[in-house]
Amino acid sequence: MSGRGRWDWLQRVPMAVWMTAVWVLLWGHLTVANVLTGVLVSVLLLWVFPMPRVGFEGRVSLIGVVLLTGRLLVDVVRASVSVAIRALRWRQTPHGAVIRVPLRSESDLFLTLTAELTTLVPGSFVVEAHRFTGTLYLHVLDVTRPGALERARHDVFEQERRVMYAFATDADIEAAGFEPRPWRLRSRGGRTRTRMTRERSSYERGKVLPRDGEDES
Amino acid sequence: MNAMMIAASVCLIAGCLLTLVAAIGVARFPDMLARMHAATKPQVLGLMLLMAGLAFGLGSSQLTWKLVLVVVFQLLTAPVAAHMVGRAGYRTGKVRSDLLVRDELTEDLERARLRKES
Amino acid sequence: MSPVVMAVCAALLTAAAVVTLYRVEKGPSMLDRVVALDVLVSTLIGCLALVSLWFGREDLVLVLMVLALVGFVGAVTLARFAASEPEEERRILTEAEAAAAEAAELEDEESMGEDSR
Repeated sequence: MSGRGRWDWLQRVPMAVWMTAVWVLLWGHLTVANVLTGVLVSVLLLWVFPMPRVGFEGRVSLIGVVLLTGRLLVDVVRASVSVAIRALRWRQTPHGAVIRVPLRSESDLFLTLTAELTTLVPGSFVVEAHRFTGTLYLHVLDVTRPGALERARHDVFEQERRVMYAFATDADIEAAGFEPRPWRLRSRGGRTRTRMTRERSSYERGKVLPRDGEDES
Repeated sequence: MNAMMIAASVCLIAGCLLTLVAAIGVARFPDMLARMHAATKPQVLGLMLLMAGLAFGLGSSQLTWKLVLVVVFQLLTAPVAAHMVGRAGYRTGKVRSDLLVRDELTEDLERARLRKES
Repeated sequence: MSPVVMAVCAALLTAAAVVTLYRVEKGPSMLDRVVALDVLVSTLIGCLALVSLWFGREDLVLVLMVLALVGFVGAVTLARFAASEPEEERRILTEAEAAAAEAAELEDEESMGEDSR
């Protein structure tokens, strides 16, 4: 039992480090006293308000994270300009659409991240996320141009692919039906892969339609 | 120093312009979900530009870190708020269906309801 | 920072605030006002950045930080309790209407007081 408890605490270390970093940044000086009080406050907070654990089983790829962030910035700028142009075009009213995008990965974490990033880019945001089927419903601002619906759907898939390239294991990427990371193909040669131990069937949830109008909340 | 000031000016003016355009969008767009698209713009790119302008203008490295933190906080929280508001808006029928080209969520909900009844 | 840039920025932000206030007043629903108020918060952040730069008030950066952190709480709270509102409650009453409503309420209270006596 105690081993389990210690593991629980170890998993909260990243949160404590992040909170301490924010504390130090808020004070503005890196001193021993600041760091100590920061650690104290964050441990106290984690003890009083324990967070639900989000299972993270993946491998962080630095190239993937850089690609994800860079592409996100480009997307944000481009989409902001296009929404701005639409706002200033007085004659037209935008005709939007709510579209269904069934995501390919089965993990809640990637669903959340993809939804967050899609909402962050102006021009599309997530109206409803259905967890059991891994489906996002997003509202797109303007779909009057032909092919806009398909493009919006394609953009979400691309976003998910980049998220998975940044944070998922090779096995998960394969299970989701994406190609393996292009920059991993060359270096894989002689290396043994140790991350294949997860059983795929344990997280396979049936792809079914929502059974009733409400979700679980 | 002069180049820094020019960069700061460009960033600030661009950020303020985006805020104004967003305000125009919020006032002009016909339904709530469309207005939300306009509203997320100053929250993301506008804030980034304003903070960049402030960082260039103040030119002190310690404050730059704080400004980066401001942007990070905003990027973490803005989508949550947008999703909550959008969802509530959709559920309480604030969307004008005559302006929607396609509405697959209503289709799916309808289908699920029919299946439940049968 | 040149005064011209400051003036241009201030003018842009003022215009943005005025246009946003139009939407806040018009509604028509609570959620519309929440969205508009979020834009108003963004405008306020812009104003704070300008003030901080013009007067060299570096302490205002902390205020910016707090605004960025808690700015979304109001929107989430209101979204959580949003419900379909009846048509009548969606707009701000004019002065005459408000007075009429208040008078009706007062009358109600008085009649209730008489009942209990």
